Amino acid sequence: MTFGDCMQRTSTALALVLSAALPTYSAISFADETLHLYNWSDYVAEDTLSGFASATGIRPRLDVYDSNEVLEAKLFAGSSGYDLVFPTARPFAARHIAADLYLPLDKSKLPGLDQLDPAIMSQLASIDPENAHLVPYMWGTSGLGINRDKVQAALGESADLDTWALIFDPETAAKLGACGISLLDDPTEVFSAALAYLGKDPNSLDKADLDAASALIKAIHPQVRYFHSSQYMSDLANGDLCVAMGYSGDVFQAQSRAEEADKGVVVDYVIPREGAPVWTDVMAIPKDAPNPAAAHAFIAYMLQPAAIAAVSNAVYYANPNLAATPLLEDAVRDDPAIYPPAEVKARLFVPSERSDREIRDLNRLWTRLKANR
Amino acid sequence: MPAPPPNRAKHTHRTSRLVNIGIPYLWLGLFFLLPFAIVLQISLAEPALAQPPYTALWQWVDEGLLRIEINLRNFMMVAEDDLYLSALLNSLQVAFICTLLCLLLGYPMAYAIATAPERWRIILLMLIVLPFWTSFLIRVYAWIGILKSKGLLNDLLIWLGLIDTPLAILHTQTAIYIGVVYSYLPFMILPLYANLSRLDMSLLEAAADLGCRPMRAFLRVTLPLSMAGILAGSMLVFIPVVGEFVIPDLLGGPESLMVGKLLWTEFFSNKDWPLASALAILLLALLVVPFVMMQRLQQRIEGGRP
Repeated sequence: MTFGDCMQRTSTALALVLSAALPTYSAISFADETLHLYNWSDYVAEDTLSGFASATGIRPRLDVYDSNEVLEAKLFAGSSGYDLVFPTARPFAARHIAADLYLPLDKSKLPGLDQLDPAIMSQLASIDPENAHLVPYMWGTSGLGINRDKVQAALGESADLDTWALIFDPETAAKLGACGISLLDDPTEVFSAALAYLGKDPNSLDKADLDAASALIKAIHPQVRYFHSSQYMSDLANGDLCVAMGYSGDVFQAQSRAEEADKGVVVDYVIPREGAPVWTDVMAIPKDAPNPAAAHAFIAYMLQPAAIAAVSNAVYYANPNLAATPLLEDAVRDDPAIYPPAEVKARLFVPSERSDREIRDLNRLWTRLKANR
Repeated sequence: MPAPPPNRAKHTHRTSRLVNIGIPYLWLGLFFLLPFAIVLQISLAEPALAQPPYTALWQWVDEGLLRIEINLRNFMMVAEDDLYLSALLNSLQVAFICTLLCLLLGYPMAYAIATAPERWRIILLMLIVLPFWTSFLIRVYAWIGILKSKGLLNDLLIWLGLIDTPLAILHTQTAIYIGVVYSYLPFMILPLYANLSRLDMSLLEAAADLGCRPMRAFLRVTLPLSMAGILAGSMLVFIPVVGEFVIPDLLGGPESLMVGKLLWTEFFSNKDWPLASALAILLLALLVVPFVMMQRLQQRIEGGRP
């Protein structure tokens, strides 16, 4: 039997196998109007989509992602087929506006814009003049998710928990490495946290500063179990991790999953006292959206205080709608880690924009660091 | 001298031959050459903040003036930065070891199936094929549950008293080996089975009659005759594993740098499509070489047969 025969027989066998294994797509919509949403995973309330459908008669379809990069690749490739996307404002949406990827909003269709926090709107205006393209959706911080019992068992009862030293001090990290440390797979966030721990400008691109931060990450590298931007949610909840650098709301969701599982795992979220990155996720309509009218309808729906408050109650992220604050559950509104008090807010920092060249250099540095080379 | 065939028959014969030859070429052109040309074109462009995020290779500046810009910096960058070389070497190493493991595991299995009684064969083959009915992604994900520090494997080993503290397997190179061998084993077994099931058993009987011991008969008769199956299976495992992304991403750790993951970083994190394309082109070139070598070897094997 020849090689060619062999390949042919194998490919026939494979074709049979694959055709049997192919999923059948039966979800063909017959509704008049469909809205294609592309949003972060675990980022709407249970009744958000059904509420929107019954209010407008438009049928929403939701796809999810867990990193800005995946969304960005689809947007830059064009014809993504999505009507509304939810990128992080900086540096992503800023870059998308520069590349002219978004449709200007028709504000006459968006009553309720005036209820949004003016501080957040003016901050967004620096990347989106006159707030022409972006409507803020949720905001939060990147801090530390902690398994308090395990950390205290390793470091002692009186150990300080509100500090980046838990992951960036080599001695502390060595004590916590065995029970698990994870970092976000995001050079901007991790570098700014490392720089904040070192007492330097978190947005610094100065070579000496970056070298110092790199050395810091290198020193703790053996203790880092993985670099990932969503895996830590389930691992924190299961007690598989001691400390995770994570997004505030994701850590809170890990916390509530741990409570539901009721296996004695207690998860806390802390905003380190050295300061932490703050970010805003926004809604934007791609220029080639098939149904921009439906996208406007969804934004208008999310501008209703009750609708956006329901999302915050479900996902534990703060929303920018001032009229929604009274509608929040007390546990959400009064949690200083979700709605930080003024003195904590003062320590938060906004990542600054970077050029493509700077991003590439930072990412290359990051790839090397992760691979420990 | 026979009469020449009627003209019409000759004509249809030629048409059908044209169609027969044309379809594979059309297929290759449409699904291999064209995409390759597009990727090659992107690899010679420069990244840009636009949609799509790279510059055009040529543009009409004026009437009759065509400006073509070819940017070789992407290839130079890949050649100069040892990050890419080490990722490539690591990928080749993982692919080589996994192919070897698949062969060592798959050969006895394929042999057992091929020599099993007829009614068992179809059941055994079904068992090999059965995992395909579950999504590849879910099967790889399931290994996270098995390998993690509080996973099934560690719990079992601790329960058996073999270890006290959980083994760190997940997020290491070992986890990648396990995931890859598990996922690609059927691709080794199926061509081997296809080959071994056609093996003429009377040859082994003849060898035994002539006083050859089973082990020697295997080495002198079975193994050389199944070389085509070994090569086919090895290529079906080796080539996709070099560029594998999902398994190293889900099961590997930060230190297991593989070229598929690096491609992802260039494409998504750095938004550098041209560099990612250059890397893909070099990877392709690197894989075509062993393929051609294999084919040569194959021809030699066939040529050597009576």
